[in-house]
Amino acid sequence: MTRDGTPWAREIAVVAFAQTGHRRTSDELSEVEMLMPVLHDVLAQTGLRTADIGFTCSGSSDYLAGRAFSFTLALDGVGAWPPISESHVEMDGAWALYEAWTKLLTGDADTALVYAYGKSSPGSVRDVLTRQLDPYYLAPLWPDSVALAALQAQALIDAGETDESALAGIAARNREAAAANPHAQLRGPVPPGDYLVRPLRTGDCPPIGDGAAAVILAAGERARELCARPAWIRGVDHRIEAHAPGVRDLTDAPSARLAAERAGAFERPVDTAELHAPFTAQEVILRKALRLDAGVTVNPSGGALAANPVMATGLIRIGEAAARIHRGDSDRALAHATSGPCLQQNLVAVLEGDPR
Amino acid sequence: MSKEPVAVTGIGQTRHVAARRDVSIAGLVREAARRALDDAELTWSDIDAVVIGKAPDFFEGVMMPELYLADALGAVGKPMLRVHTAGSVGGSTALVAANLVAARVHGTVLTLAYEKQSESNAMWGLSLPIPFQQPLLAGAGGFFAPHVRAYVRRSGAPDTIGSLVAYKDRRNALKNPYAHLHEHDITLEKVQSSPMLWDPIRYSETCPSSDGACAMVLTDRAGAARSPRPPAWLLGGAMRSEPTLFAGKDFVSPQAGKDCAADVYRQAGIADPRRDIDAVEMYVPFSWYEPMWLENLGFAEEGEGWKLTESGVTELDGDLPVNMSGGVLSTNPIGASGMIRFAEAALQVRGQAGEHQVEGARRVLGHAYGGGSQFFSMWLVGDRPPTS
Repeated sequence: MTRDGTPWAREIAVVAFAQTGHRRTSDELSEVEMLMPVLHDVLAQTGLRTADIGFTCSGSSDYLAGRAFSFTLALDGVGAWPPISESHVEMDGAWALYEAWTKLLTGDADTALVYAYGKSSPGSVRDVLTRQLDPYYLAPLWPDSVALAALQAQALIDAGETDESALAGIAARNREAAAANPHAQLRGPVPPGDYLVRPLRTGDCPPIGDGAAAVILAAGERARELCARPAWIRGVDHRIEAHAPGVRDLTDAPSARLAAERAGAFERPVDTAELHAPFTAQEVILRKALRLDAGVTVNPSGGALAANPVMATGLIRIGEAAARIHRGDSDRALAHATSGPCLQQNLVAVLEGDPR
Repeated sequence: MSKEPVAVTGIGQTRHVAARRDVSIAGLVREAARRALDDAELTWSDIDAVVIGKAPDFFEGVMMPELYLADALGAVGKPMLRVHTAGSVGGSTALVAANLVAARVHGTVLTLAYEKQSESNAMWGLSLPIPFQQPLLAGAGGFFAPHVRAYVRRSGAPDTIGSLVAYKDRRNALKNPYAHLHEHDITLEKVQSSPMLWDPIRYSETCPSSDGACAMVLTDRAGAARSPRPPAWLLGGAMRSEPTLFAGKDFVSPQAGKDCAADVYRQAGIADPRRDIDAVEMYVPFSWYEPMWLENLGFAEEGEGWKLTESGVTELDGDLPVNMSGGVLSTNPIGASGMIRFAEAALQVRGQAGEHQVEGARRVLGHAYGGGSQFFSMWLVGDRPPTS
């Protein structure tokens, strides 16, 4: 709902979703080459051409690409000629989708192409992500992403909310679900493995890999023309928390809960949830914050534990949730994306199909 | 349902300098944000969402800095977005924030752009290593100088035009306490005798490297009604992008720039920009871009833009003042530069530009561009709300 509590000016839906097969490395492909098939895929699904798209928005990171303005090269893949109405966020593609959704709400465009990509393989992504931290007090210590997630997992165990065997169960369930997902990087049984950073074992951590994803949004009747069963965005909201891990309760995700509330997630139960939880313990926290009970199908795709192309993983959650609505496997789904250390920033979208 | 009208009710910026060693990055952005809130007579709790922008993360060495800046910008518990569209980002960020209000997602939004260039060396940050680019270029000047030469050849402009722009902008900056460069002893001769960096661009015709931030409070009709000072109203805003390099690209007058301006003029009901727009704050990092953009934006016929510069039309007391603030040539915290242009346009129509105020400015264009002359963002603001 709008700030006034009135319905949105227009209904907007996800009408197409595509992703790469996520892989440990993609040395033979540039970012543009990785992205192109995905863009062609969503356009083919809708029968749209680049010139038909009203607005384009992408998410990616220069730090992963290792060069400034890396997103400019991706424009070649889009085919931005004649010139297009276009924007970019240096965030996960889920936030690019958010920007595109607001653009469509204004009525300035009826369709939007949203894409995101990231190659974690060229560098050490654990080290790269330390550069996200407070540059004066935290980054100089190089606490890597796994170490911070381990602090969070330990806090959760200390609070009596989970234990290592429960975390192993979460890992196993996600990878088992991924067996049916041809795009996933880790599929089927994966051993718990050794401790990477105690209490997290390799099995509790996401695979490192490269990948891209794209979504097409459309408004109102246009959505119905382009998709047999559009995944209507009933609400989408995102919130951020304090940055320093030391001032946060790491066993909770109040920003995720608030975003879910503002997105209308608690108005009626959802049947499906796609959670952006790269580490097993984060699924425990998100289930609690988002009030997902045992009846909800969580991460039927395998989630971020099965494929984690950084910068695209959040957008993929929205895409996976939408695709289940398109296929008739879900009627009301929640999709979640996160950014920053220990779930600092969270986005929640609520998607619905037309009644059957 | 039509869009909610968007008003600018608060503007704040830092005093831009080469190096703000007295503040952290958080301190820098908070200073500008605080000033924008003060201008709007609002507090942090009045802000529904924060939208920030900056150029490449490598410039400060902080990846996705919105995470670290959430506390400093009062964003905890609120939505926070980070835009990055190269040099145009300051403008794009303001437009993304404006859309949140226009779409009625939020009532009042804080938008901010910054760069703390003293944390690194921006010129080398922009000089991409092999294998991404041949080692032929050093900095943005190396990229843009050939296109300036193409303009000079195409238009037949006298080779003094660039120095006239620089001389004007640096004198305008003397009237702007926030500008980085205050060259009190500047003369045209000094500009014309400064060292040649990238022919035909001389040292005094290039932008400085600055630390600075700029912030604005954008709000809806109800918010504007509570504004203690006159608001600026958004009459039209647009972004356009085209690829960096392709056969047939016109680097002198890119199609994306023309299309972007046309979209803004259509939204604002501008039939003749030269007649209907009172002043322009445009992104001129190298002096010659003033006449080039005057043509690209439709203020002059192709090949004629330099005549406006030469005849004094673009002077502060001219018929179409350009870069009243002193422009990018006097202040360049890269990620903030686009937003400073947008903010100056808003200051002018609010009548709050101080010594560099253009009398009777009612409709002013703010312009930004980035990348290889490929990303454009513009807004036109007025002293009255949109009629449609």
